[in-house]
Amino acid sequence: MIPAPRNHGNSAQGLGAGLVVTGIFIVPLVLGPFWQYLIANILLLSLFSLSFNLLFGMTGYLSFGHAAFYATGAYVTGMLLLADFSLIVSVALGTAAAGVLAVILGFFCVRHTKVYFSLLTLALGMMIHAIVWKWTSVTGGDDGLVGIMRGSIKIPGVFEISLNSLSHYYYFLAALCLLGIYILYRIVKSPFGLVLNGLRENYGRVEFAGIPIRQYLQVTFFIAGLFAGLAGSLMAPLEKTVAPSVAHWTKSAEPVMASLIGGPFTFAGPIVGALAFIGLKELVVRFTDYWLMVFGIVLMVVVLGFRGGIVGFINDHLRERRRLALREHP
Amino acid sequence: MGERLLYLAVVGLSEGMALWLVAAGLSLTFGVLRVVNFAHGSLYMLGAYLAFHFIRLFGGNYWIGFALGPIALAVVGYVMERFFFRRIYRLDDSFQLLLTFAFVLIFDDLVKFIWGPVHQSVPTPPILSGAIMVVGRPFPAFGLFIIVVGTAAGFALWYLIERTGWGALVQATATDREMASVVGVNVPRLYTGVFMFGAWLAGLGGVLAVPMRSLAPGMGESIIIEAFVVVVIGGLGSLRGAFIGAVLLGMFHAFGVTYLPVFELALAYVTMAIVLIIRPWGMFGVRE
Repeated sequence: MIPAPRNHGNSAQGLGAGLVVTGIFIVPLVLGPFWQYLIANILLLSLFSLSFNLLFGMTGYLSFGHAAFYATGAYVTGMLLLADFSLIVSVALGTAAAGVLAVILGFFCVRHTKVYFSLLTLALGMMIHAIVWKWTSVTGGDDGLVGIMRGSIKIPGVFEISLNSLSHYYYFLAALCLLGIYILYRIVKSPFGLVLNGLRENYGRVEFAGIPIRQYLQVTFFIAGLFAGLAGSLMAPLEKTVAPSVAHWTKSAEPVMASLIGGPFTFAGPIVGALAFIGLKELVVRFTDYWLMVFGIVLMVVVLGFRGGIVGFINDHLRERRRLALREHP
Repeated sequence: MGERLLYLAVVGLSEGMALWLVAAGLSLTFGVLRVVNFAHGSLYMLGAYLAFHFIRLFGGNYWIGFALGPIALAVVGYVMERFFFRRIYRLDDSFQLLLTFAFVLIFDDLVKFIWGPVHQSVPTPPILSGAIMVVGRPFPAFGLFIIVVGTAAGFALWYLIERTGWGALVQATATDREMASVVGVNVPRLYTGVFMFGAWLAGLGGVLAVPMRSLAPGMGESIIIEAFVVVVIGGLGSLRGAFIGAVLLGMFHAFGVTYLPVFELALAYVTMAIVLIIRPWGMFGVRE
């Protein structure tokens, strides 16, 4: 076996990550519900985008149907909470349901080329949307699920904390999102992640090395679906409603845009992108309803000129400065 | 019973024709340029709306919209290929997909912005507004017109690709881009031509759909997903596959509504799943 690379980032990156995490947990103490809600959404989109980017950024397989898993997580969690299951059980089962769906859809999506993968994910994603839309007796159809309670965390006889208030639920959501992000980080930096990176760089060589590519892709698709499901599961109690639009392709477009804007070729890219996406959206919707068009234009500019995204752009800039500095003071 | 099945087959054929034109453009563009245009459904929608616009502009004359709509779409195709796609052919496929996806987002909102989010409709041209008896039942004349135009377009396409000099160049470029370029084919110009032609086909599909369905901003997304199912069944890049797949989906629609109303949608997906298990590259596709 190839030994795992001992590269967990430099100390500056570690310090930065530590500060961000601390900041996330201090938020409810100093900022009001608007900011808590906004940061919760950034965390959800970060996790959702990272799960998408585990496929795209690592392997080069571009999914346009990732909302299917997000929606499955959201709907299953919502339905279980409405049936009076506990919060943790609901979120766990919602995530698991998304994972099961990912195993099934993954089987069909990675059977041929990358191009087939992209169009199959879109088609199957919209199939899930059609099911959600039409299966009114289970999903509530057009209206979706309403009146979801956030529930509580309890160990019988020991303690019980109600998560009904936003700031309580915020901690639950933030903790699970950060855990999910950390697990994804470890996957990306593992030998498994290295193989995926190899797939993007040189498909043929990985194949010649005797690695069963399709199995690797199916496992990756499963992991990606699982974490998208976790994000969706955490979203349902936050919003207290789940509407069929969470399964629509425009929802699948969100992680695509966040990853591309932030930079798909670094781990932190989709997180930066989620921040930029939600910030920009907050601004744009104040001026126009046609915010998707604005993001279409942003995506176009990124694809035509800034394929490294924000993080790639900054990295290039820093590298260039370091190179110039070295030349002046060797 | 036999007459009823025959009648339903004609209904299915007319339903499959607009889909065939869209899937043909999608498959042709992929076959030559190696780009799957996610915005192809949006081009269909744009074709329908532009035709609607021209028809209103010229006092309700459908035939002016019928002629101008697809031509306007060819112009849109020219702009897309010449100024956007041409810049990124050398990059990884996924960036081209992302660019087509950006066009979907832009076109969808553009249509809402210009023509509003409400449903619009256009009356059937008077000469085709009646019904014609098909195996003893009345069938809308416009439905037969769609079948005629779709079939004619199919033959024209076959002739163009298989029997003309331009078609030979298209085939040569589809097989080996570099070699075609070496022997003197102007590949960039051919790419532009094929893309425009694909857009023209999408526009034609849109124009044909105008009197039969109401216009709504979501019409592009529903047809592109159906077209994806069609090309996966038939094989991406194969025109024959696109035709068979589209007719098959039209039949599923016509017979499904009558006999299996709940599973009508499922039939197409189940067929797609079976094809993916047995022949992942499609019925008439090429293994890569």
